[in-house]
Amino acid sequence: MSRSPYLSSAPSVSVIMLKVLLALLPGIATYVWVYGGGILISLALATLTALLAEAAVLRLRQRPVLPFLMDGSAIVTAWLLALALPPLAPWWLVVVGTLFAIVVAKQLYGGLGYNPFNPAMIGYAALLISFPVLMTQWPSPLELAKVSLSFTDQWHYIFMRSLPLGVPVDAISSATPLDYLKTQLILQQPISDISNTPIFGWLGGRGSELVALAYLLGGIYLLQQRIISWHIPLAFLATLTLLSGTFHLFAPGLYASPQFHLFSGAAMLCAFFIATDPVSGPTTPLAKLVFAAGIGVLTYVIRVFGAYPDGIAFAVILMNMCVPLLDAYTQPRVFGHEK
Amino acid sequence: MNALVNLVKLFKFNGGVHPPQHKQASTTQPIRVLQATLPLVLPLRQHVGNIPHLRVQVGERVLKGQLLAEAEGGISAAIHAPTSGIITAIQDALIPHPSGLPDRCLTLQPDGLDEWTVLTPIDWQHMEARAVVASLRQSGIVGLGGAAFPTHIKLRSDGRSGIHTLVINAAECEPYITCDDMVMRERAADLLRGIAITQHLLGAERCLIGIEDNKPEAAAALRAACDAADSSAQVIVVPTIYPSGDARRLIHVLTGLEIPSHQRSVDVGVQCFNVATVLAIYRYMRFGEPALSRIVTVTGNVARPGNFEVPLGMPVSALLEAAGGVLEDTSEFIMGGPMMGFSLPSPEVPVTKATNCIIASTPRLFPPAAPAMPCIRCARCAEACPVSLQPQELYWFAKSDNFDKARDYKLFDCIECGCCSYVCPSNIPLVQYYRYAKSEIIAQDRAKEAANLARERNDFRLMRIEREKQERALKHAQKAAGAKAEAGKTEPSKAESGVQYAGDAAVNVAASPASAQAEAVKKAAIAAAIERAKAQKAAQAAQNTAAVNPAVAAEMAAIDARRAEAAALAAKINKDDVAEAAAATHAADQHSTINGVSAQVASSVTSNSKEPS
Repeated sequence: MSRSPYLSSAPSVSVIMLKVLLALLPGIATYVWVYGGGILISLALATLTALLAEAAVLRLRQRPVLPFLMDGSAIVTAWLLALALPPLAPWWLVVVGTLFAIVVAKQLYGGLGYNPFNPAMIGYAALLISFPVLMTQWPSPLELAKVSLSFTDQWHYIFMRSLPLGVPVDAISSATPLDYLKTQLILQQPISDISNTPIFGWLGGRGSELVALAYLLGGIYLLQQRIISWHIPLAFLATLTLLSGTFHLFAPGLYASPQFHLFSGAAMLCAFFIATDPVSGPTTPLAKLVFAAGIGVLTYVIRVFGAYPDGIAFAVILMNMCVPLLDAYTQPRVFGHEK
Repeated sequence: MNALVNLVKLFKFNGGVHPPQHKQASTTQPIRVLQATLPLVLPLRQHVGNIPHLRVQVGERVLKGQLLAEAEGGISAAIHAPTSGIITAIQDALIPHPSGLPDRCLTLQPDGLDEWTVLTPIDWQHMEARAVVASLRQSGIVGLGGAAFPTHIKLRSDGRSGIHTLVINAAECEPYITCDDMVMRERAADLLRGIAITQHLLGAERCLIGIEDNKPEAAAALRAACDAADSSAQVIVVPTIYPSGDARRLIHVLTGLEIPSHQRSVDVGVQCFNVATVLAIYRYMRFGEPALSRIVTVTGNVARPGNFEVPLGMPVSALLEAAGGVLEDTSEFIMGGPMMGFSLPSPEVPVTKATNCIIASTPRLFPPAAPAMPCIRCARCAEACPVSLQPQELYWFAKSDNFDKARDYKLFDCIECGCCSYVCPSNIPLVQYYRYAKSEIIAQDRAKEAANLARERNDFRLMRIEREKQERALKHAQKAAGAKAEAGKTEPSKAESGVQYAGDAAVNVAASPASAQAEAVKKAAIAAAIERAKAQKAAQAAQNTAAVNPAVAAEMAAIDARRAEAAALAAKINKDDVAEAAAATHAADQHSTINGVSAQVASSVTSNSKEPS
């Protein structure tokens, strides 16, 4: 009987997923600081829904439930989706999105390891298409809000959609910088004027840029732990920088700066947490570079020329489709073979 | 020169892993020599290749070093008596093999006298290299790194282009194993003598000794011996990374040469030997001592881990006893290292020429693998693969029985080193999947070849039947034409009918030149095929006999003579069936090629799987 090798060095799938969750913590903490504790409710809701849905489908598929719940992949999907949604989204939006991500995008394709698309992004895209208004209603960062909601107020708003007496919805929400930029550019405002409004910070959107920085920090931890390789984050961020930089250079009045694109929307979350999903991503180093560069190009194109303010979800899903082809055409040279 | 620095540029291969070494425990004591007391069980197949031909009978008394079984055919190795005693049995017994299946073994009851047979040293300096290599066929020496490939074949030049570099594999990259390390520390001088002989036989200009940097004592000993012997061999310290001891990897690291996938190292002018093998060559040349013992590391959960010089055939249990006995919790015994070794079916199996290490394992030492999870395509395996394969794709293809794709993705370049499984977060037994796919593909190829052969035979049979029919028709027509011509002469009155017959004959005659021509072409083709088959056979015979001693050659000549006689007799009995005989020879040739190919594939699989150690 041969079961060699008798040794194993790898962290288990659970440990890998746990480290991804750990790497998200700085981002979540900053999120709470910027937007209040409402996001924690979304995270908890998504986690609970994901685990229950995963367990139910595993049961139906007659697969072992506990080992697959323990792998932590469902929680990662849930967290990524919750972090991508507006923080005060109604509870059912979070639940529906998570259900779609886990049941349709993941389990119906065969569960862990078999889903061709990033489940969190499928869940996000499904919500964006179905409930576009809710999906673009972002609360203002606490420091900019005319009325700041307490945690209880946020709780009530998420579950009952009720605000404290005398507070209109407009008082707590505002357009996101990406959204605002888009509408103002349509109104032929120059960028210099647009970015003078208070919702813009020194890098991207005020407040949200800090969250993006915290994601970057978590991403560096993942790189250091060798949970992800450098190829995807670097190629994605570099492509986004290069494209936005080129456009910005030639027409600074019409196109936002590279740092704005890097630190707005879900760019940082995508670079280190979403595009780096191994299951739906490519495996060879060259394919990773092409894949991430493709996401970068598509994101920029959708942001600048498309109908949606942010294009991460669609860019990732579109590039997910190319993965089998990318892998097939980027096979590295095998030792002792001609290329 | 004792410092661990190199003056040469080293090359890198993709990936590799750094498993914990655990080499300390077994290197604290010198090599201990064990005497044979218990019955020795000697498997006839301890090497890659044919089973050797028995030269003794049950009940016979044999002397230490006496030939028990002789190498048979092209790839084979002899077996000798490791001590004096009586052959008590020749039967199937459990052998150390992953299959756990029994195989033919000799049992030798030692008489305790350890009485030597007459040994004849080889005067290699004054003999023709060819003759020296031929004599090695009698030595029973095989690759002692674990691959157990007969050494004399690797030294044969076979008219190949010159070998410029001899690489000595002293990497010993598998964890736990230290037998080569200890040999280098203790027997460096003899080792260098062995290197000199090997280099001389190969005609190699230079010798590179590749040793991992986790063996500073051995490297220092080798360098000191090199200085003392004024040897030109270069001791090159390479970084410790598994599997640098795989021959193709080591040759690449040392020389930068990348051996093409379908070629062997000799095709790029390099030949590679393990240190212990070279030492065995020295002992055979200097003292005439054949392969009787080997150094085995005994480690893991034993009281006194160490290295032992063990007579071949000694039960593993006796070896464990010599290492102070196994400790509590021992769950199984692993032969080889933890990366490529396998669990022994029983501790009673004998030590063979391929036994480099025995590890007493406990669940604490090597925890049972956690249940396998689905592949998450993290590509850690691809990063670790020393052959730059895509293990995650190969796994997918093997799992779905998509063998054509697996072959496209170079499954057969996999050396089964286990790096991929070692780093897999999903605990997938990848190597087992690859072995499964390889064996399935080999089986399918064999079935395909067999089907092709059957079809060819059938085609030939149909052709022969058709030819015979035509021949009969021709004969018939000729006879009829002759008869009619005769009839025309004698009975001119029947002119009308005669004319008609003549007309028929004319038609026949008109038709026959074309068929006769076709016949001639066919016959020529058959004759050519017979000639080709004969030439092929002659060439094969020449190859096979190149390396045999006069006695065997004489025997073979006698067999050939008998065969020729039988063939002549057969020809006399049925001259018409020569073509068929030729077809049969052709078929037999075809068959033997298939066997040859499959044996080669099988041996390359096994040798691949054993190389890194």
